[in-house]
This record gives sequence, structure tokens and C-alpha cells, in this order.
Amino acid sequence: MAYSDKVIDHYNNPRNVGSFAKDEENVGTGVVGAPECGDVMKLQLKINPESGMIEDARFKTFGCGSAIASSSYVTELVKGKHIDEAMAIKNSAIVKELNLPPVKIHCSVLAEDAIKAAITDWRKHRVTDETPKKAESV
Amino acid sequence: MLKLPIYMDNHATTPTDPRVLEAMLPYFTEKFGNAASRNHSFGWEAEEAVDRARQQIAALINAKPKEIIFTSGATESDNLSIKGIVEFYKDKGNHVITCVTEHKAVLDSCRALERAGKAVVTYLPVDKYGMVDPDDVRKAITDKTVLITIMYANNEIGTIHPVREIGRIAKEKGVIFHCDAVQAAGKVPLDVERDGIDLASLSAHKLYGPKGIGALYVRSKGPRVRLTAQMDGGGHERGMRSGTLNVTGIVGFGKACEVAQGEMVEEARRLTDLRNRLQAGIFERLDEVSLNGHPTERLPGNLNLSFAYVEGESLLMGISDVAVSSGSACTSATLEPSYVIRALGVSDELAHSSIRFGLGRFNTAEEVDFVTDRIAREVTRLRDMSPLYEMAKEGIDLKSVAWKAD
Repeated sequence: MAYSDKVIDHYNNPRNVGSFAKDEENVGTGVVGAPECGDVMKLQLKINPESGMIEDARFKTFGCGSAIASSSYVTELVKGKHIDEAMAIKNSAIVKELNLPPVKIHCSVLAEDAIKAAITDWRKHRVTDETPKKAESV
Repeated sequence: MLKLPIYMDNHATTPTDPRVLEAMLPYFTEKFGNAASRNHSFGWEAEEAVDRARQQIAALINAKPKEIIFTSGATESDNLSIKGIVEFYKDKGNHVITCVTEHKAVLDSCRALERAGKAVVTYLPVDKYGMVDPDDVRKAITDKTVLITIMYANNEIGTIHPVREIGRIAKEKGVIFHCDAVQAAGKVPLDVERDGIDLASLSAHKLYGPKGIGALYVRSKGPRVRLTAQMDGGGHERGMRSGTLNVTGIVGFGKACEVAQGEMVEEARRLTDLRNRLQAGIFERLDEVSLNGHPTERLPGNLNLSFAYVEGESLLMGISDVAVSSGSACTSATLEPSYVIRALGVSDELAHSSIRFGLGRFNTAEEVDFVTDRIAREVTRLRDMSPLYEMAKEGIDLKSVAWKAD
């Protein structure tokens, strides 16, 4: 099976790979997938507590090239977005951008789940109880 | 000078040896006769070439030329022997013994017979090295057993089964023993008399011959093995396999066996050295690498390793100028990791992380060193990207984590 150029590019030059420091504040972490299934994605989002804007993102992925590319692309996609916008991202957007074949669609589903898991985690561990502003236009 | 890409997937197929190709070429053009044409020189010439090839192939496995039945390849040979035996000996019994790490051509032939209600099949387990226990074979035999089918050497992990012992048990109990010898023929000494094999599947393209030609060895004496043909027609190949003979393929197959017989000892030594060099080089540069298969009882050119915390397909992608294969689910359409590696009791995660290196006649030490370096660098890069490696280094037991899988 041939990979799309975009998958190859993300695989060779993954964006925002790594982890935030342990004591970094306002970080939500989502870990989805399972080792026995051959895919585990860890997505971390640094979210402004007042504005609800995603300021930075990091990922680490155990999985095939398409899984690595999906998570790498997602870090680019969510940066600068409001959490409400990020929550609305659908896996189909990832499939389209990366030209994923049907057999790799589960990679995009996992990446979508990772965004949701990271934001949910951030909400759970928020430093302030204040609800961030709603997105201005979603 | 190193030429890229490097081919190190010789269990999947091998390039045709130039000596083999040379032997084949005249049979495409001036010597194009049908070996079944009995009344002119074109036919006689083709028949003569086929007879010579039969001798060359028989000699490699210590069989008699007339015991070699030509087929399209080992998948057909496996189907013909398993289905053909069960159907022919249906009045004697309906029980077949095989093992869980067999090739799909064997397992699916068995399943087809089960589905059709023609056979009851026992699938024996293997130990952590992928080896079947001859005692398990003995215990599984019933008065209904008509066939034992166990491969000589495994195509993924290279483990060589205790074939001689299984052959002895089969003889003792009067059960026919079929052996898928595709990976072993021409690589390790195979002797149907010494090993007690009654049927053996062979394939030309695994031993530097052409694709599309295989053979089934069928014992003619002690016992005389009979089977029901799966292909009806002109009654070629003593009625066991109808169809015009693939003369060019057969000539190439014969030549490939002759070359293999002459060079096997030296080649096995060379490939074992190269394999050990690859293994030592990788182990020196990386931690948490494990060997799949038997440490000593394995094919000379085989090395199957699991690189913990790195998914196999992503590793293959990173070493795109090296052709190897992976037991990862992602390289197959099924999304299941290798059933062979899982049968060893290796975790699914490590099965996903497995890579099979298959060294062959045309690999060099320079290529081995290049591959070692590529693997070491790519595994290191992917581990830096792997959340599992990070967790493991933090001392988290990955088995204790409640994974949120779909």
C-alpha cells in the first residue's frame, strides 16, 4: 500500500512531537488506543484558562505511519482554535487532509478521540473554576 | 558500492538465480514443445527436460524422480495433499493433525474440510520458540487419524520442527505424514527417507527459481501414498494433477534445486554468519529487543525480532530503502497481528512490533551493516516519539494501565 505524500511528510517531519513538562499548568492530556491494538496516541493541549483557546499542542504516538501522521496533523489543526471548535473536529477532516485509505480510517477516529480526551482531561483538572468564554464564532 | 533498495525478504520470495534463468530461456523459444506430445521431437525434447528436472528435484530431497508431481506452487501442493488424502482415505478415518503456526494454505485447507464436514482437525500448540512437541503429536493420534501435516520450518520465525521424530511417530502409528517443506528445501538438508516424510510441498521461487511452479513429493513405496486429484483433466502427473506441464518453470525449478544442492552447506554457513552479524549488531545498539523463534533450531537466513514500543509498520516506513516484512496488523488487511508470533505467547503489542529479516543468496555483509544502522536509528527515533517508551522509562507498568480502546 502506498502512502500519500502528506502522510509521508508528517511521518518524516512530525510536528509538535514530545511532551510538556510535568509541572506545566493548564495542560490537558488525552491517551487513547491500546498497545495490543497497535495504536496508542498521547495528545497534550495547553489551553488558556480565561479564553479557552488552545495555545500549544504536543503528541507522542505508537502506531503505524498513518497514526503518527494523524496525530501530528491534529496538533497543527487545533493550535489557535477555541476548545469548542476543537471539540467539533471530525475524523473526516483528517481523512481528507491526509488522503487516508479505508483501512486507515481508524487512525483518524483515534486522533479525533484524542482531542476530546485531552480537552475533557483539561476540564477535569482546571486550576480555576471559572468557565472560559464561549467561542466567538464556531 | 551499496545498491538501494536492499532486498532482505527472502522468505517471501527470492530472485531467480541467473544460472536458473539461463537454463530456462531456450524452453520459451526454440524448445517450446508440450511434454505430453508423444509423437514428435518437440514433445520429446520437452519431456526430456522435465525428466531431468524431476531428477534434480528428487535428488535434493532424496526421493525418486517419479515421486515428484508438478503443481503451480506450494499452495496448490498443500491443498492437493491435505484435501486429496482426506478424500481418498475417507473410509479409513477423518481425523487430521496439524499445528497452529502452519501456513494459511495448510490451515485454510483444513478449515475447508471441517466446514464441508469431511474432517475433524486437531490444531496442536507450539512452545515459546514455535516448536511443536512430538509427544503432543503422538497423543493426538486416534484410530481415525489419516493425516499429520506439520511444516518443516516456519516461514515467519524460521523455527525448524523436530520433523524426524514426527516422521518416526507417523510411521509407527501408520499415519501419513505431509510436510510443507517450502522454506526448508534447499536451505537445510531434507531427506524424505531419513525424515519419514510421505508428502512434501515444495516451491521453486523460494529457492531462487521462478514463480508459478511447485511440486508435491508423493511417496511411492513404504507406504504407497494415494490421493484424490483436485484438478480433473488429461490425467497428467500419474493422474494426480492434470494440466499441461509448465516446462520452462519446471526446467528452472530443476536447475534451482541442482544449484541449491551443490551450494547448500556453504551457503547455510555464510547466511548463518550474516544473520548472526545482523542480530549482534542490532542487540549492541538497541535495548528491549527480543528474538521470536528458536535461538538455534532455525533457518540460516531467518531473523525475527520485536522492537518494544515501536509499531512494526511505522518502522518499515522509516526504512523504506530496505525490504523486510512485519508481523504488525497494519501490514495486513485483517488488522490482526501475526498469528504465528501470538502463538508463541508473545503479547499482541510485541507481535505488532515484530520485523522479519530474511537473508538470502545475494545479501552481503555491507548490506547487513547498512540495515543494522538504519534499524537502530529509526527505532531510536520512533521510541522518542512513542508514548509507551516514555511511560516505560517512567517506570509505569504498561500492563497495569486501563487503556481506552475502541
